[in-house]
Amino acid sequence: MGDAEIIPIGTRGRPGRGTGASSPSSAARGLAPAKKPAPATKPAPAKKAAPPTAAVRPRPKSKPKPAAETVEAPVAAPRAPVTTEVPTAADGIPAAEWLAAVQGAALEVFGDDWEPQLARFLAFLRRRVSGQYVVDEYGFDREVTERFFMSALRPIAQKWFRIEVRGIENIPTEGGALVVSNHSGTVPVDGLMTMVSIHDEIGRFLRPLGADLVFRLPFVGSMARKGGATLACNEDAERMLRGGELVGVWPEGFKGIGKPYADRYKLQRFGRGGFVSAALRTGVPIVPLSVVGAEEIYPLVGNLPSLARLLGVPYIPITPFFPLLGPLGLVPLPSKWLLEFGEPIRTDEFDPGAADDPMLVFNVTDQVRETIQQTLYSLLMQRQSVFR
Amino acid sequence: MGSAGKVVLVTGVSRDLGRRFARALADDPRIARVIGVDAVPPRGDIGEVSFIRADIRNPVIAKIIVKEDVDTVVHMAVISTPGSAGGRNTMKELNVIGTMQLLAACQKAPGLQALVVKSTTTVYGASSRDPAMFTEDMGPRRSPRSGYAKDVAEIEGYVRGFARRRPDVRVTTLRMANAIGPEVSSPLTTYFRLPVIPTVLGHDARLQFLHDRDLMAVLRHATLTETAGTYNVAGDGILMLSQAVRRLQRPALPLPTFMMGNMGSALRSARLADFSPEQTAFLTFGRGVDTTRMRTSLGFEPEHTTASAFADFAASLTPTGGHLERALARASARLPEPAAGGGPHG
Repeated sequence: MGDAEIIPIGTRGRPGRGTGASSPSSAARGLAPAKKPAPATKPAPAKKAAPPTAAVRPRPKSKPKPAAETVEAPVAAPRAPVTTEVPTAADGIPAAEWLAAVQGAALEVFGDDWEPQLARFLAFLRRRVSGQYVVDEYGFDREVTERFFMSALRPIAQKWFRIEVRGIENIPTEGGALVVSNHSGTVPVDGLMTMVSIHDEIGRFLRPLGADLVFRLPFVGSMARKGGATLACNEDAERMLRGGELVGVWPEGFKGIGKPYADRYKLQRFGRGGFVSAALRTGVPIVPLSVVGAEEIYPLVGNLPSLARLLGVPYIPITPFFPLLGPLGLVPLPSKWLLEFGEPIRTDEFDPGAADDPMLVFNVTDQVRETIQQTLYSLLMQRQSVFR
Repeated sequence: MGSAGKVVLVTGVSRDLGRRFARALADDPRIARVIGVDAVPPRGDIGEVSFIRADIRNPVIAKIIVKEDVDTVVHMAVISTPGSAGGRNTMKELNVIGTMQLLAACQKAPGLQALVVKSTTTVYGASSRDPAMFTEDMGPRRSPRSGYAKDVAEIEGYVRGFARRRPDVRVTTLRMANAIGPEVSSPLTTYFRLPVIPTVLGHDARLQFLHDRDLMAVLRHATLTETAGTYNVAGDGILMLSQAVRRLQRPALPLPTFMMGNMGSALRSARLADFSPEQTAFLTFGRGVDTTRMRTSLGFEPEHTTASAFADFAASLTPTGGHLERALARASARLPEPAAGGGPHG
């Protein structure tokens, strides 16, 4: 024990302080592992020397200047033929080379059966570029939704929020139905997640009904229409339900997503019950949906009402991270989500004139609201923690 | 109604659509006579149509209706742009005062049996609060305050008033979607004929078109059948503006909303295109109309869908863009496996 060696921390056993250019510090030595003893004149042998110990023990003797040259030389040597060849074909790289490059890339991306895969992808691109695709009367672009929106959202749903779906059998596999959900999370991420979850579970597209503001905003509005949304008005809701679509509504609207974090999982007022009268008129079932987890993604702790009024939006959120961390604050917290679809409420047994009976409409609205609220409470009891 | 001897008066025959319609109607055996009326003589051949030069803003029109024993009036003299007429005031006078005079004359004509009015889906306006598909019972979300849309709304109001006062006259109002076709000259076709098409950044309008041959056909159908009422007329299906531009193979130039107005006035002063505020709104939000009633009550089936009508129009234009599409086509031609959906390879 007496002859214990003293090893300074973090310098691999050798004193770390460098003295200018002549002897670099150990940190600098560690940064340039591949340079080597080998002089600049021998690019090929440099490879031989590199593998065994270079990364582990850079020799202190090697000077930085030749090292820099040796690093440059091997890189320049293989690249030279390529760079000299390209400029010769000034206004048109030979197609064969393009093809070779594309083949190589395609093999990387698509794997072994890359040819049909790439052909399909190119056909898709051509359809998009030449406009030869079909949208429905609401502007729903099925192809781009399936290929682009859904694939972009799926990893978020599965990996980030780890969504667990319960009671999916309560959604009819065909025909019109109205999914009514609680709304939360400052930004309507819950709608997007519900859409992707339903599509992945039963292969149906949920057609959300969006607020007027959504369609007034540039980009957001056109994306929403392409994704299958339409304006939340009675005409559109009834038209979609009559057409046999699966329609999603969030009757709390901005009151729901814009509520402070302290009020989480407390359902707000359910509008005027317009969704119930639409379901009553068309005789489709109402499927209550309770979403747990969305409240925690952007905890809303403050609001800027005067600025919001100035900009004509319902609220400007302040979360613990949002204006503080800038764009980084836009990353939602990875809460664990539970989606539970409740038992469908049938509306086809009511009289035809039931939709014009306000008392009945209010009663059904309350029933849906209570169901969602109770399910929320029971899901919260089952949840172990916010993030697990 | 003595179907052997129908005498039809068509207003607005100096313009292309009116002239072609009147001419086609004159060839129909069920029609005895077609009288074309306009303030200026038509430029093309009018065939069997007897043209009377008269301004519908003038009470002379009443005398013509009575003297010629007209039993059906087809009102097509509603113009959508001030361009040809001279100015917005002239346009409004032609549209609104002209219609009022014509309806006043119709009211005094005891022999009149039918009135067909060519209206437009512009009456529904275009805004972010619109339902996806307008049915005939719906109105615009904001009542129009200026321009063509206001004219049409007023005209339809007068037509409804006329229908109340003369319940014995069959009144048919046809709200047509934007007419399109190789020969159509309208603000919208002028817009699509621009070599670079300005669009509104971040918005994508839903468009519906009606082929001009279908427009003729539905007017003739409404003239000859006994159905009254208001009907939307449009080709099936929807085309997004971005999709339409891609199908034309012309480059689009997305501009922010506020610049679209400047662009419009610049184009107007250069006489390249005519952008009215309502057209800018239409190109921002688009509009869709429900045509169920056209099929069930009116019994009319358009020959062209929106997409095929647009394809017919696009065939008459030379593409100014589409390089990317051609490059992709070349690339997929080089691939050993052509663009087959199934992928039987391997």
